[in-house]
Amino acid sequence: MEALFANLDWYEIGIAGLDTLLMLGGSLLFTVLLGLPLGVLLFLCGPHQLLANRPLYGLLSLLVNLLRSLPFIILLIVMIPVTLLLAGTSLGVAGAIPPLVAGATPFFARLVETALREVDRGIIEATQAMGATTRQIVWNALLPEARPGIIAAVTVTAITLVSYTAMAGVVGAGGLGDLAIRFGYQRFQTDVMVVTVALLLALVQVLQNLGDRLVVHFSRK
Amino acid sequence: MIEFDDVHKAYRVGGRDVAALQPTRLTIAAGRIFGLIGHSGAGKSTLLRLINRLEEPSGGRVLVEGVDVATLDGEGLRRLRQRIGMIFQHFNLLASKTVADNVALPLKLAGELPRREIDARVARLLARVGLAEHAGKYPAQLSGGQKQRVGIARALATEPSILLCDEATSALDPQTTASVLQLLAELNRELNLTIVLITHEMEVIRRVCDRVAVLDAGAIVEEGPVAEVFLHPRHPTTRRLVSEAEHLDEREQVDDFAHVPGRILRLTVQGEATYAPLLGRLARETGVDYSILAGRIDRIRDQPYGQLTLALSGGDLDQALSRLQAAEVQVEVLR
Repeated sequence: MEALFANLDWYEIGIAGLDTLLMLGGSLLFTVLLGLPLGVLLFLCGPHQLLANRPLYGLLSLLVNLLRSLPFIILLIVMIPVTLLLAGTSLGVAGAIPPLVAGATPFFARLVETALREVDRGIIEATQAMGATTRQIVWNALLPEARPGIIAAVTVTAITLVSYTAMAGVVGAGGLGDLAIRFGYQRFQTDVMVVTVALLLALVQVLQNLGDRLVVHFSRK
Repeated sequence: MIEFDDVHKAYRVGGRDVAALQPTRLTIAAGRIFGLIGHSGAGKSTLLRLINRLEEPSGGRVLVEGVDVATLDGEGLRRLRQRIGMIFQHFNLLASKTVADNVALPLKLAGELPRREIDARVARLLARVGLAEHAGKYPAQLSGGQKQRVGIARALATEPSILLCDEATSALDPQTTASVLQLLAELNRELNLTIVLITHEMEVIRRVCDRVAVLDAGAIVEEGPVAEVFLHPRHPTTRRLVSEAEHLDEREQVDDFAHVPGRILRLTVQGEATYAPLLGRLARETGVDYSILAGRIDRIRDQPYGQLTLALSGGDLDQALSRLQAAEVQVEVLR
């Protein structure tokens, strides 16, 4: 048994786990803060919507598609000057958060846009007929009605961020995924690979379960 | 009062203008229930939405209580919409909010009442529509009829003077439809509420409306008091709508009666005269024989009416006709 897990350093794994959670928490927070308004704006500017604006929608759409088409590992490197400006460093957990946010925000914004499109147009019309302003329609009708869809979007985004953090090792941010690559893969330490992957799986399971429960709770069906 | 002054509406579809509403003149009196009937695509939905400017007219003026709605700015339009409630075929309740919160929403948006007064008014409205015990439920837990009652309570929250009903009973079964229409008729009387409703069912018009306009291909083809339009439809579309409701077609009928001897008449009686022993007396006094070929006896809102298709033969026909006319019976000679 000892020999089977000979390479395991639980302290190292603990630190890596903490790094993963820090990166996930920090980047998810900023992704939601930036992506939710962006998603709402995308929805409102879209064709036949309340603030239908073809040039603005085209521009935002292009920007989102551009960021989504860049491989994350490239984004991580391309972003270094911006990261320095925002986080004061391009290394470690703090250095990983800006690129993680830049990678996940457009993805999350699209999911939010889709969730808002699922809201029955009749709801928007009914709220308009009450004399609501566009701002009131967003806060009092669209966001509450799309809440289950938005929670599902946060769940998917969080899980996507977990896999992105594995690449953050490139800027020395550490984390479980980085451990799996450096020790498990490059040094053939199968035991480290198994344990880190098991821990990542557990994290993904917890996130998905939590998300699903919240969706059911807020669906009011 | 709502006035349409040469209002028309066209949509641009694929670079071409498609007329949804031909230039229309119409006056809807305050405190009445006005029906707009037509088949789908006739333009009734457009006409209704011009009133609270969910649709912008392409030309002409829509006057609500004397104000041209096109001249209102954002704030003015919001004030107007708070005075015009609206209910929908699919209810359009917010699934994420409780029944009470749905009803409170228009008041919350208006932002004029403190929370305590909003709660009190919501409780009063829910009690009025018979849903007091469902305040804490979510719409998904209610039946269709209950959802529409929530819709009505919500539409009345800001104490509007006008209520727009967009096919409000089309998704409901006949029994529920009857109770919702009953509620609308009561609210019309209690609150002196002007109700404009659109429907494709003559039955809805007959039960609650005072006046009706018939729309066909974006134009009003017939307009008048419900009894007049319903009992003596002139335009082919109106006739079709009436025969759909009554499951009878007068043209077919007259053909069916080809082998029936004598004159064929249609008698229409309204009000208390409906219940008078008219035909027996007529037969005794003039010696004519009658056979009833078809008929309907029902109510238009609260007024009883009868409409019978008869064949008369033998006796003094001319005398019979003049007696009928004297007895406040409208007589149409079909053959």
